[in-house]
Amino acid sequence: MFEVIFLQLLNGLDKGSAYALIALGLTLVFGTLGVVNFAHGALFMLGAFCAVAFRRLLTLETVTLDPTRLSPWGQPLEVRAPVVQAWFGDFGAVLVNYSVPISLLLAIPVMLIIGVAMERGLIKHFYKRPHAEQILVTFGLAIVLAEIVKATFGPNPIPQPMPTDLRGAADIGAFFGMQANVITYPLWRLIYFVFSLLIIGAVFAFLQFTTFGMVVRAGMADRETVGLLGIDIDRRFTIMFGIAAVVAGMAGVMYTPLLPPNYTLGMDFLVISFVVVVVGGMGSLPGAVAAGFLLGILQSFASMTQVKAIVPGIDQIIIYLVAVVILLLRPRGLLGRRGMMEA
Amino acid sequence: MQTTIPTAQPAQPKAPAATKTPENVVLHVADVHKRFGGLHALADIDLQVEEGKTHAIIGPNGAGKSTLLNVIIGRLAPTSGAVVFDGTILTGKKPHEINQLGVARVFQTPEIFADLSVLQNVMTPAFARRDGAFRINMFRSVESEAEIRDEALAMLDDVGLVGRREAHAGALSRGDKRRLELAMCLIQKPRLLLLDEPTAGMSRHDTNTTIELLKKIKSRGMTKIIIEHDMHVVFSLADKITVLAGGRIIAEGLPEAVRGDPRVQEAYLGGAH
Amino acid sequence: MTTFMSRRDLILFFGFAAVVLLLPILAQPFGAAYPDLLQRFMIFGIFAIGFNILFGLTGYLSFGHAAFFGVGSYAAMWSFKLLSTNALPAIIFAVVIAGVFALAIGFVSLRRSGIYFSILTLAFAQMSYNLAYSVLTPITNGETGLRMAIADPRVLDRLFFEAPVAQPVPSLFGFSLSGWNGFFFSAIFLLATFFLAMRITNSPFGMMLKGIKSNQNRMNYTGFNTRPYTLTAFVISGMLAGLAGALLVVTDPLAGAERMRWTASGEVVLMTILGGVGTLVGPVLGAWIIKYFENIFSSFNDNILSAFFSFLPEGAREIAVTVSSKFVGDGWHLTLGLVFVLIVVFLPGGIMEGVRRIAARFSKADRDGTARERRLAPKAAE
Repeated sequence: MFEVIFLQLLNGLDKGSAYALIALGLTLVFGTLGVVNFAHGALFMLGAFCAVAFRRLLTLETVTLDPTRLSPWGQPLEVRAPVVQAWFGDFGAVLVNYSVPISLLLAIPVMLIIGVAMERGLIKHFYKRPHAEQILVTFGLAIVLAEIVKATFGPNPIPQPMPTDLRGAADIGAFFGMQANVITYPLWRLIYFVFSLLIIGAVFAFLQFTTFGMVVRAGMADRETVGLLGIDIDRRFTIMFGIAAVVAGMAGVMYTPLLPPNYTLGMDFLVISFVVVVVGGMGSLPGAVAAGFLLGILQSFASMTQVKAIVPGIDQIIIYLVAVVILLLRPRGLLGRRGMMEA
Repeated sequence: MQTTIPTAQPAQPKAPAATKTPENVVLHVADVHKRFGGLHALADIDLQVEEGKTHAIIGPNGAGKSTLLNVIIGRLAPTSGAVVFDGTILTGKKPHEINQLGVARVFQTPEIFADLSVLQNVMTPAFARRDGAFRINMFRSVESEAEIRDEALAMLDDVGLVGRREAHAGALSRGDKRRLELAMCLIQKPRLLLLDEPTAGMSRHDTNTTIELLKKIKSRGMTKIIIEHDMHVVFSLADKITVLAGGRIIAEGLPEAVRGDPRVQEAYLGGAH
Repeated sequence: MTTFMSRRDLILFFGFAAVVLLLPILAQPFGAAYPDLLQRFMIFGIFAIGFNILFGLTGYLSFGHAAFFGVGSYAAMWSFKLLSTNALPAIIFAVVIAGVFALAIGFVSLRRSGIYFSILTLAFAQMSYNLAYSVLTPITNGETGLRMAIADPRVLDRLFFEAPVAQPVPSLFGFSLSGWNGFFFSAIFLLATFFLAMRITNSPFGMMLKGIKSNQNRMNYTGFNTRPYTLTAFVISGMLAGLAGALLVVTDPLAGAERMRWTASGEVVLMTILGGVGTLVGPVLGAWIIKYFENIFSSFNDNILSAFFSFLPEGAREIAVTVSSKFVGDGWHLTLGLVFVLIVVFLPGGIMEGVRRIAARFSKADRDGTARERRLAPKAAE
């Protein structure tokens, strides 16, 4: 029994990690800019497609016709030579194999630029407008971004292979001193979990220990006072939006081997991430992270056959059910501040 | 803030909670205490507002005026004691229930329907009085409600806004918004009107026109409570004044008596000002 | 009559009715005059009007209205299967069920306002959608969707008629509802809905709803219990969504869960905003425009485009075709998204606000003109 629970706990972690990372960015944006960003899921999706684009670049091929050799149909044989391997040799092969983690390097600057452009170009005009209009404009933006991706990459999911060395499973049970091979866990999921912990840790450390982070935190607590101190809080908030975009993008990149991305990925995760933010407490960063993992794990428990036998369909609605209960009984969420958006 | 002000002796001997409310008293704040944690925000507040009188509650900033107002309208529950309006305990009642009992309220910053026309702003409360807290009245048009419309127009004429009846309420000046809010309260013919710093944040000119308007209303004999920290506003309007300082009543009486009271002068000069 | 409707309202209503009933002719120059499309104009017009009664009047932004639409579809289909192929009981049944459903969801969701209300409605809609695809398959038939079958019981029909031998279709007391009949059938419901929305907007009840949107705190201190007001608006709005869902099943007898997805909820938001929130005609206009361009744009392909750009030289034409092809056909949603963003940024009141601004400019120019004349006139008089 203990093994079963432990296994479900592990199973919830990778989804929980994704929820936590998206919710972290959502909360960061809400806390700093006061904007309800329905396009945040689209940033996750764009990150995933950075990985797709990077892999496409790496696997570009030159096709030459070799007239000296004939194919079985009597035509000159096509010789395909991957460009990267032609240039870098074996190192090129390694690049292709590790395309997903390496594309993080591409995703970071790209997402930063997209995030800053989005904030400067559109969102900044909506600080003073009602939440409903913020929801509407970012919702429109989410549609536009999703459709651009659809027009570029097509409507179907594009699987991204994980590096061959990381395909196996880790024997977690043995690690904790249990019998070997009772609890095994796919290695990539474990990597995703650790990766998300690192990112979350980095964001918190950045906010906690840098002057920049301190100013931003002060701004989250009381924007006007910080503004009165003569600090240009707006520019810092723009950068925070960029950082939130990068976090969402990186979460998207690393998630691609677990779920082949397509253009609807953003909205699928956004709806749940909003629920996560609400459950954690609007504006609370630790709340967002905790609720992300909590809901991921809850979802995994709810999909156990034993549980479904008692409450049919619970796995389909558990997250929303939790959100409804939380909103009604404790509107500020698990770790939210009193009075923060309690309405 | 409250703790820095030296606690003065209560002006009246403590009345037992079970005191019977005299006939002509509309609102009775009976022996109310309010604590926030260790802070004694209100202590020994016993207040009787008589029918038809304008009763002012004044005091320096932080004297507990807002807390008292919030206790009266039921937004804050007193730690002990009760607020009785016309035989009904207000504590725990919702804002709309309190209004339906006959208590209307003017806010510090005018609360109006900025998106509606001036006339609609005044018609809305008239519907609340006629139809109660909830009624599905969707098969007659607003235009056909001639009675309510005429009443609202007469009210607007009273406060001098009839010329702007079709204007967007949000576009009015601060002083005109206050007039509009007053009209919205008056059209309900409330038994008690609460005014929370009606001239706060107003220019000298707007303050004076508002005082004139309040004087005009006063002649109609409606019971009013005015919360103010500006003494100048109060002396020209009030029949009776209660002075709060440090969460206690330090003086109570006719305007002239209160003006000359050394404790009041001390509270104002030695306290916050 | 004057107490019932003002002259202006009468003109508006009969003008609207004339446009709707003449659509089969009026839509011809636009290439939209076929029953299938016009019927969708009617249905989504009803959906948008209903949504606007909630969002436009009370300011509560529901992101889960498609749930009521979907519930209406399923309810109507079950009426077709169990009771009769007659559309009338199906519609009544659908509206009642959608109303009950809205009452339950509204009762819970309306305890919160602002973004929390939006998220609560979204959560309920997603729950309904997920359940429709999973455990509720016996009711919804999952991904395949619910259809009528020859073997369905249809108790009312069996009382009076022989069991059918052919695939049954919805009808109205024996009249077929396919083609133009179906259009006029739906048109009557659109007119009724428009009439209802007009009555509500102009009534004291509607004024209370606008008061709630403008300043809920003042409403409370004015003596109104706002919760039953918003709940009534929510239920009416949900019932109209159910009506629209039922009408869709009448014309296209297949009820699927896809119509309950958040994208469908988003679509009705788009329609309302595009046309003009809080206006009477705006939501209908928005629904028509979106359905029209969805239909036209999605049928565009590269051949049509290159014919369109045939005036350009060879190279430029190719570029123009490649670029514009991203915005039509499958890419039509991209255009929609862009237009929507532009509308929210520059014209939050939608098309109706645009019309008003243009009208104001003209009348201002007009007034300036008369003022100038007046300034000149005294001299002439002297």
